[in-house]
Amino acid sequence: MRAPAELVSLVFRNPGAIQRFSLGDWDRLVRQARQADLLARLYGRLQQDGLNATIPAVARWHFEVATALAESQKVEIRRELKQLRELLKGIDVPLVVLTGTAYVAADLLAASGRLIDDIDLLVPQERIDEVGSALELADWHAVDLPEYDQRYYRRWRHDAPSLQHLRRATVINVHHAILPDTARFRPDAAWLRSRATEVPGFPGVAVLSTEDRILHVATLLLHDDGLLHGLRTLSDLDLLLRQAATESDFWSQLLARAEKMDLSRTLFYALRYALHFFGTPVPDEVRDHLASAAPSMATLKLMDGIYTRMLAPNHHSCMDALTPLARHAAYVRTHWLRRPPRLLIPHLFHKAFISPYRREPKPA
Amino acid sequence: MKLLQLPPAELRRQLAGAGVWLRTGPFSLKVQSRIPSVAEDLAKLYGQFEVRSVHEAFADFHVSINPPANLRRWLWPRVNFSFDGLKPFKPLPLEQAYTMLEQGLSWCVSAHAHQYLMVHAAGVEKNGRAAILVAPPGCGKSTLVAGLVLSGWRLLSDELSLIDRKTGWIHPLPRPVCLKNESIALIRAVSPDAFLNRTSRDTAKGAVAFLRPPKESVRRQHEPAQPGWIIFPKWVADGEPQLLPRSKQQSFQFLTQHAFNYSHLGAEAFRVCTDLIQQADCYDFQYSRLDQSVAAFDHLAASAVTSKAGN
Repeated sequence: MRAPAELVSLVFRNPGAIQRFSLGDWDRLVRQARQADLLARLYGRLQQDGLNATIPAVARWHFEVATALAESQKVEIRRELKQLRELLKGIDVPLVVLTGTAYVAADLLAASGRLIDDIDLLVPQERIDEVGSALELADWHAVDLPEYDQRYYRRWRHDAPSLQHLRRATVINVHHAILPDTARFRPDAAWLRSRATEVPGFPGVAVLSTEDRILHVATLLLHDDGLLHGLRTLSDLDLLLRQAATESDFWSQLLARAEKMDLSRTLFYALRYALHFFGTPVPDEVRDHLASAAPSMATLKLMDGIYTRMLAPNHHSCMDALTPLARHAAYVRTHWLRRPPRLLIPHLFHKAFISPYRREPKPA
Repeated sequence: MKLLQLPPAELRRQLAGAGVWLRTGPFSLKVQSRIPSVAEDLAKLYGQFEVRSVHEAFADFHVSINPPANLRRWLWPRVNFSFDGLKPFKPLPLEQAYTMLEQGLSWCVSAHAHQYLMVHAAGVEKNGRAAILVAPPGCGKSTLVAGLVLSGWRLLSDELSLIDRKTGWIHPLPRPVCLKNESIALIRAVSPDAFLNRTSRDTAKGAVAFLRPPKESVRRQHEPAQPGWIIFPKWVADGEPQLLPRSKQQSFQFLTQHAFNYSHLGAEAFRVCTDLIQQADCYDFQYSRLDQSVAAFDHLAASAVTSKAGN
């Protein structure tokens, strides 16, 4: 398993390596880290080891700017959460937040240098329309989507189309589950919500339990068809695991939860790639236990080939001839796991041959 | 070494290969393109800018402008701007390649360079004091800038004023000045010697051509300037040029609205804008003729010198 010339995770594993970096290495590191959205977290990692002074002057501003952005975003996210809490209190829906928003709300290790694209909420499915209307009254409006996508969301997705605030740029995603209704594995969302706990020091805001949060990230890594920042998500997992590992009994609870949610194999892969890229410490017993969830050697080889490429930064300097194929394979795999063939085939047909001619990025 | 010292064939070769390393103000760029007209325009417009060997290892922004690799390019040639693999804009017709490159470069700066307070404003300097020109599009801001820099003012920037967050001074980014529609012919008429590249028509802003920045402005591109005035220009059909003091409160509001990263920098942006407003005089400026405006600005610059000498 190797990703060609991938420097971001190399520096996370071994920050001291930068002392031997040429300017050309710095050029590649900044570009790869920007693509992976990990500039700020990387800077934090270097600061932690007292190595930030080693960054050459020409490259430093890229890290500093990303770090300042991550910091100011955290203040914004907390402010938004306070407003959302009041809003949802009005309709008596508990505020449960997921992923980056949750790391910031709970001030976890995984919040360090984490840029937040959207605020992710988890609400009961039967309340999703009500939540949508309440948000709309507070100026959160659906992002313009083509008709096909809107229909698809309503019918099959586990979340509503994104909502953007009219004046602020913040985007909210309202989820009622962590995987789509059509997925083959489908953790029970009501159960996840029932185990969510209020954040100490942030009354009215709840996050998933430690194990559920980690399993959620694992499903994002291995089941999300829209995974934009694979390496960042894997780095989240790494930090969540390192922090959780200090809690007593964590690993056995994680294994039990994974089994119960039918996610043991997903967890097997997630830990495997966390170890590969970030050297995440995983106890031997845990690895032995998960070995029973491992696929056949042939499948594992194929998965390694796909995911070590797919999770690397989407930058040409860390791609090889197989990367485009690997990314495509990961996309098809996640679709396969999320949708039965009677949905998958028409969907891929539409995305390949109809959507590209309907939807274009914003004009210059 | 300056870009104009590169032989045209070598420039084309570098540009089509690994890209040309170029320094504009505080930023280093690596520009890659297989389009011959882009090479010609770059050579003409960026001739005075510093280039380094293709092996120069670090660049802030790696950009390219190339036709997309699909069959349609034979029928309906288009170009794509790419920032290190990311394509923030939809493709444009091939004739607009150079314009798109300039827009793309501005985007790179405005989307990333938060170490500055970035104001959507032009900047010019004379006698050590800078005028920041803030105006919505269509007020003749670029025309005025072109007129001023062709009459001895130093070009700081045509559309992106980079304010140092510590000192409040303006860091130059003297890239080519973007002229639109009627102002292209106007500038050609008042300064027949000035170099403008070929006009690209039917862009989102209408007809567009770029004016080569003066040699002296490029030579001094690493020399920040102290803000002296914040001026809100407005072109009117007739009448004498009028320079009227404007309330600092109103100017402040207008300035913050034109700062790209105001909300982004939060309280820091408020502080930088407040300092800027306090150290600069604010004016509304109405003008109809370019020669009169230049005279009015020269007068302003001269009075600043005498008042400084008087103190």
